[in-house]
Amino acid sequence: MNGIHDMGGMDGFGPVDPVETGGVFHAEWEGKVMAVSRVMGAIGAWNIDQARYGIEKLPPQLYLKSYYRRWLERFERALVDYGYAEADEIAAGHSLRPGRTPPRGKFTLADVERTSHRGTYTRPEVAPAKFAEGDRVLARNMHPKTHTRLPRYVRGHVGVVERVHGCHVLPDTAAIGQGENPQWLYTVQFDGRDLWGQDADPTVKVSVEAFEPYLERA
Amino acid sequence: MTAHDAHDHHGHDHEEASELSETELRVRAIQTILVEKGYTDAAAVDAIVEAYETKIGPHIGARIVARAWTDPEFRQALLTDASKAAAPFGYQGKIGDHLVVVENTPKRHNMVVCTLCSCYPWDVLGLPPVWYKSFAYRSRAVKEPRAVLAEFGVTVPSDTAIHVWDSTAEVRYMVLPERPSGTEGWTEEQLAALVTRDSMVGTDVLRVRGNIPA
Repeated sequence: MNGIHDMGGMDGFGPVDPVETGGVFHAEWEGKVMAVSRVMGAIGAWNIDQARYGIEKLPPQLYLKSYYRRWLERFERALVDYGYAEADEIAAGHSLRPGRTPPRGKFTLADVERTSHRGTYTRPEVAPAKFAEGDRVLARNMHPKTHTRLPRYVRGHVGVVERVHGCHVLPDTAAIGQGENPQWLYTVQFDGRDLWGQDADPTVKVSVEAFEPYLERA
Repeated sequence: MTAHDAHDHHGHDHEEASELSETELRVRAIQTILVEKGYTDAAAVDAIVEAYETKIGPHIGARIVARAWTDPEFRQALLTDASKAAAPFGYQGKIGDHLVVVENTPKRHNMVVCTLCSCYPWDVLGLPPVWYKSFAYRSRAVKEPRAVLAEFGVTVPSDTAIHVWDSTAEVRYMVLPERPSGTEGWTEEQLAALVTRDSMVGTDVLRVRGNIPA
């Protein structure tokens, strides 16, 4: 979806403030929101792509609130959307009826270490790769209404395949409950002037990770 | 009173629940629901927070960088398959899949961003800083990286290429910064103490500042 989240190349957000204050979390509730989000991912309540799509679907005025507020808004909606709690329970602040059985069971202290690393998104190859390192590829001019990971700023532009990663879970289908649908994943490098015009900095290259369905031969 | 309640009261310096903000109450509600429904328990939630506050952070990446600067074979292995090579440095001796390390050289400066959300190499750097998640960084890093670097006080020579890596899938990037001059003969521990988090994202260039770390 062409949402507020797809920010690459936008103007108007002002300068970056590199100064950090406080610790990893700026309030106790932020850490809790991060942790309960990890829990629900670990028990298989929803996948990472459904989680990202959940944030993208927030109304822009909510999206533009603070980072962990977005996570909280997404989390409450996901609990209801995936059947892990109902709205009256969230309003009451308590469980009012039995929950559903999570696909991977209860998350306990013993699971913390095991789930503190990134999982793998590599899947068996479904077909030979269409592209190889050095190939020129066009990022498709596509505008799906649902989740995709092809940012707007590269669509319609030609780049060069820089690395072939193997087949990975396709976010576009995983986010909407249509399966992992593994696809070849490539790093594609674009020249900054192709993306941002001839007046742009000629020394800049920008790479994105692009799944095979996002690309065609240029 | 449950252990969880006691913990919250302590954390809020004896505030009553009625004085908690709306956001805090909402977060307490979702955690309560998760525990009451048997999806998890409060101790597991606290342990996740603690892991990212105290165990998984940029000190892991800094040690990887220091080893790469002092061990050419390790450096090569890291650039070839970072998840595998860096595993001994990770929390519990493991680094998750799909980590790629990109090396800064006099010819090329690397910068990492996630324009679509906040993808970041948690296993080696912990949780991302606020600036990394900011709309300003996400929107501008791919379009005007030199202007963004200037806001960090960093100037990259005009004939050095700048390569920006937008983390749009599950591949995660960490920058191997250039080893600064004046560090010849330093131990790995001294070198690791010099490596900043931002240098491993590509928004800092390392220099020897002041005295050699002890």
